[in-house]
Amino acid sequence: MSTLKRVYMDHAAGKPVDSRVAEAMLPYMKTFYGNPSSLHQFGQEARKALEDARTKIAELVNAERKESIIFTSGATESNNMAIKGVANRNKDRGTRIITSSIEHMSVVNTCKFLTTKGFEAVFLPVDNYGFVKLESLEKELTDKTVLVSIVYANGEIGTIQPMKEISKIVHSKNAYLHVDATAACGQVPIDIKEEGIDLLTISSNGTYGPKGIGALYIKEGIRVEPLLHGGGQERGLRSGTENLPSIVGFGKAAEIAKNEMQPEGERLIRLRDRLIDGLLKPIPYSFLNGHPTRRLPDNVSVRYSFIEGESMLLSLDMMGVAASSGSACTAKTLEPSHVLLAIGLKHEEAHGSLMFTLGRQNTEEEVDYVVSLMPSIVKRLRAISPLTPKELNK
Amino acid sequence: MYTEKVMEHFKNPRNMGEIPDADGVGTVGNPVCGDLMTIYIKVKDNRLEDIKFKTFGCGSAIATSSMITELAKGKTLEEAMKITRANVADELGGLPPVKMHCSNLAADALHAAIEYYNKKRKAADEVKK
Repeated sequence: MSTLKRVYMDHAAGKPVDSRVAEAMLPYMKTFYGNPSSLHQFGQEARKALEDARTKIAELVNAERKESIIFTSGATESNNMAIKGVANRNKDRGTRIITSSIEHMSVVNTCKFLTTKGFEAVFLPVDNYGFVKLESLEKELTDKTVLVSIVYANGEIGTIQPMKEISKIVHSKNAYLHVDATAACGQVPIDIKEEGIDLLTISSNGTYGPKGIGALYIKEGIRVEPLLHGGGQERGLRSGTENLPSIVGFGKAAEIAKNEMQPEGERLIRLRDRLIDGLLKPIPYSFLNGHPTRRLPDNVSVRYSFIEGESMLLSLDMMGVAASSGSACTAKTLEPSHVLLAIGLKHEEAHGSLMFTLGRQNTEEEVDYVVSLMPSIVKRLRAISPLTPKELNK
Repeated sequence: MYTEKVMEHFKNPRNMGEIPDADGVGTVGNPVCGDLMTIYIKVKDNRLEDIKFKTFGCGSAIATSSMITELAKGKTLEEAMKITRANVADELGGLPPVKMHCSNLAADALHAAIEYYNKKRKAADEVKK
């Protein structure tokens, strides 16, 4: 009996914890269990590990000092804290918030929530590649704007934003720039100082660390209202006893990502482009979503006309391949992905989208396996679909 | 997420295709919503002699289309009109709640095909008179 090949290409949804990371975490569950706030040796051992991890994360993004890194429960909390925290604490600077139409839901819904609290939210359009329209940013950026929040690279289509240019525009009006780097961090070099970023959301799982932990970089001097009040941990900005095993893991993951980013990025880009070619060339009416080169090394987002994403996912899953889709049918809502609609896709095109996100353990052999499956999957579903032109079913 | 029966119908859909000289055709849904189904019927002596479908949509849209053709084939038109969305879902061992509305349109498509046939026949009878 042959066992079914299992190929995981849904790394944007969740990554495995690197075994070196898992190993680094273990002692902090069983041996070094002290509370970093305690004066005794147990506490001080924990404190040292906490600050070492903070340093490693600061180094990954070239933060000016480690104290600017605040640990949170993940990217959703970091995005909430950045947007609500800056908005609420800096009302004197303005009540207008600008973001883009391809943000993660933790940015979209936080901005929408703030509109019920006296703030104004603007969602900037993007072009067909998913680049934020800079002329719209310039137009919408008023003296009343307190914060601009833009994703570094969108996880669904992989488009990397021109952050330096965005930063220049934002700072010309003295607004703050928050950047959600959940999908990008650890994959592509991010330089807070060079790129002019004021607040940065960093995810642990995005860098092969554990889930349930993340960080927010806050530039020195920016006032942020905390979401959680309590014992005053994290310089009073994020109360609650630190999740030390996860923080240590996050730190280790950041260290590995920094050291291995360049060769691993180059390897992923080769795999990515091989997969894109293999998914598109043999199949008519197939298209790439996003930009061909200015995209994340791990991201492959394609679409096939006349068929629907979930049925492609099911077909792939039957062959052991895990991917994801922009179709409504895989989501909790009935609307297709807002990101795919924002780049100008029609509803039916968004429904026909398929996303593969590559990771460290993926191989060329796995890419070729996926490529070999796709033509017959598309052909079968097109034969079932009433939208398929007759000549395609011959 | 899906029952084995749903997956079985998704893998091996029954009665997939078109009937070129169909007596009735019913289309429901909209590609904008992600689901579009067409049911073709052939009627003989008031019974569904043949039935086929074509579907654009998710796994449950394809499975419910396949299932309704199995349920309806050979039935009288009156019996077929009584098949409900709930019957289709039950026969498949249930559908996820979110799919109950969006992807369970097969019964509507079947009813539309029969109504189309009835209207056509009525019109033909009028002409004869």
